[in-house]
Amino acid sequence: MIDPFGPILAPFVEFGFMRRALAGCLALSVSAPPVGVFLTLRRMSLMSDAMSHAILPGAAAGFLVAGLSLPAMTLGGLVAGLAVALLAGAATRATVVREDANLAAFYLISLAAGVLLVSLRGSQIDLMHFLFGSVLALDDSALVLLGGISTLTLVALAAIYRPLVMECVDPLFLRTVSRSGGPVHLAFLALVVVNLVGGFQALGTLLAVGLMLLPAVAARFWARDLGGLIPVSMLIAVIASVSGLSLSYHLDLPSGPAIVLAAGALYLASMLAGPRGGLLRRLVRARHLEA
Amino acid sequence: MSARPPNQDPIRLVGLTLGYDRHPAVHHLDGTVRAGDLLALVGPNGAGKSTLLKGMVGEIRCLDGRIERAGTFAYMPQADEIDRSFPLSVMDLAGMGLWRQAGSWRSLDRHRPAVEAALDAVGLGGFEARPISTLSGGQFRRALFARLILQDCPVVLLDEPFTGIDARTVDDLLELIRLWHGEGRTIVAALHDLTQVRAHFPSTLLLAREPVAWGPTARVLTAENLARARNLSEAWDEGAAVCVGPRQAGAHAHEHGAHDHTHHEDAA
Repeated sequence: MIDPFGPILAPFVEFGFMRRALAGCLALSVSAPPVGVFLTLRRMSLMSDAMSHAILPGAAAGFLVAGLSLPAMTLGGLVAGLAVALLAGAATRATVVREDANLAAFYLISLAAGVLLVSLRGSQIDLMHFLFGSVLALDDSALVLLGGISTLTLVALAAIYRPLVMECVDPLFLRTVSRSGGPVHLAFLALVVVNLVGGFQALGTLLAVGLMLLPAVAARFWARDLGGLIPVSMLIAVIASVSGLSLSYHLDLPSGPAIVLAAGALYLASMLAGPRGGLLRRLVRARHLEA
Repeated sequence: MSARPPNQDPIRLVGLTLGYDRHPAVHHLDGTVRAGDLLALVGPNGAGKSTLLKGMVGEIRCLDGRIERAGTFAYMPQADEIDRSFPLSVMDLAGMGLWRQAGSWRSLDRHRPAVEAALDAVGLGGFEARPISTLSGGQFRRALFARLILQDCPVVLLDEPFTGIDARTVDDLLELIRLWHGEGRTIVAALHDLTQVRAHFPSTLLLAREPVAWGPTARVLTAENLARARNLSEAWDEGAAVCVGPRQAGAHAHEHGAHDHTHHEDAA
């Protein structure tokens, strides 16, 4: 009797560092995709990309002050990311310029400042290695950070879920019945930043954005409402994490890109085969109903 | 439903000027909407009807003067301000109207019969599970009316509620408005169909940026007043001079009746 899951799971059974990598990725897999679902529904998909750049100067400042220290760089990244998110959000509410334009302006300022800061320090190799991290070298503090971020994200999303949905569908209505629109929006932006910072430090910027968006977009081909989209996106992220890590072990590939490519493959497969607007469904024209 | 209006006047406009980028869209308006009023806002495009409703609900700031409000307001904007592609069910859209009872966390299960009754009342019984993206324009409008029913507010503001709606639906919705009026609610609606206004709305405010007339519908919607409304310019003059109009406008409290305000805009 051959166990089909044997080869997939073997590396995790055998090696501690693979289990650590898996734990970190699973933590990110349940927290980042729901945030990504809301981002895509608000047509702010590229915002996470912009935010991942905005975090750079904060992390660099932490590095300049304290050297290669996870707490200092995380804190710096959080401060920079939240500052950009808050400033862009506040500017949007106070002026006529739309949020995406404000965000682009602030993240460009932040990124340029970051590059400037990094270039002040001679050797950048350590820093770059740290910024674009390695999944296979997660230490205890990084795992605690990822677990904490995941917990915080799920609790916070549950707490602001209803006003967040209302703010997405009909912000005007929410404003007429409640003042929670502004705080809820900012809390959501903070969740985006926190997830990116966590993923950024521990797993690399590519992986952080990839696990946030690809499963969320892929889920659109499987589920019709939020109650379906969120669990499906989490499931897709989990599958991508497990299979990506396993592939990277067997084929000796870098882990971060392998996980994102696995998520990308799931996205393409969903686009082909998904029951909600998938391309294969279009080829077969089902008989229409009577009413 | 239990919306006895407070004895206070729900809306008082005092020397009110609303607008965008310092250009007035509603200019020096005084008046009172009394509890239980069923008021139509009438005027050509760009007359300031939507702007006035937005001001009443607190959505835009006054350029001058003030709006005194009492009680809770329900507001229906023009529908195209809503993201209709969002994956939300009709039930959840209407259920938003229960915010005041349910807030962020309390379950809506207890209110399910109320939501179903509201959807029934607008002819959307059985649509509970449908995604809002599959509704037609008229059905979507009905769903928004169901949300208004659930909000159960003493003051209801409607911005062109019947645009693009078929005649039967309009009749149903007018019936609903009449019911609300009978319950003593205050209703202000921006409308274009003068026949509708004459048939269903006892009082009317005719706007053309400047208030043209405010009072009983029959006395407001005269040929003379309508011609005046048409002649008042729609143009937005970039070089308009700073208005030095009556700042103390609040002093002359305006009663229902023809508006005799003779201020002219100092357009260059």
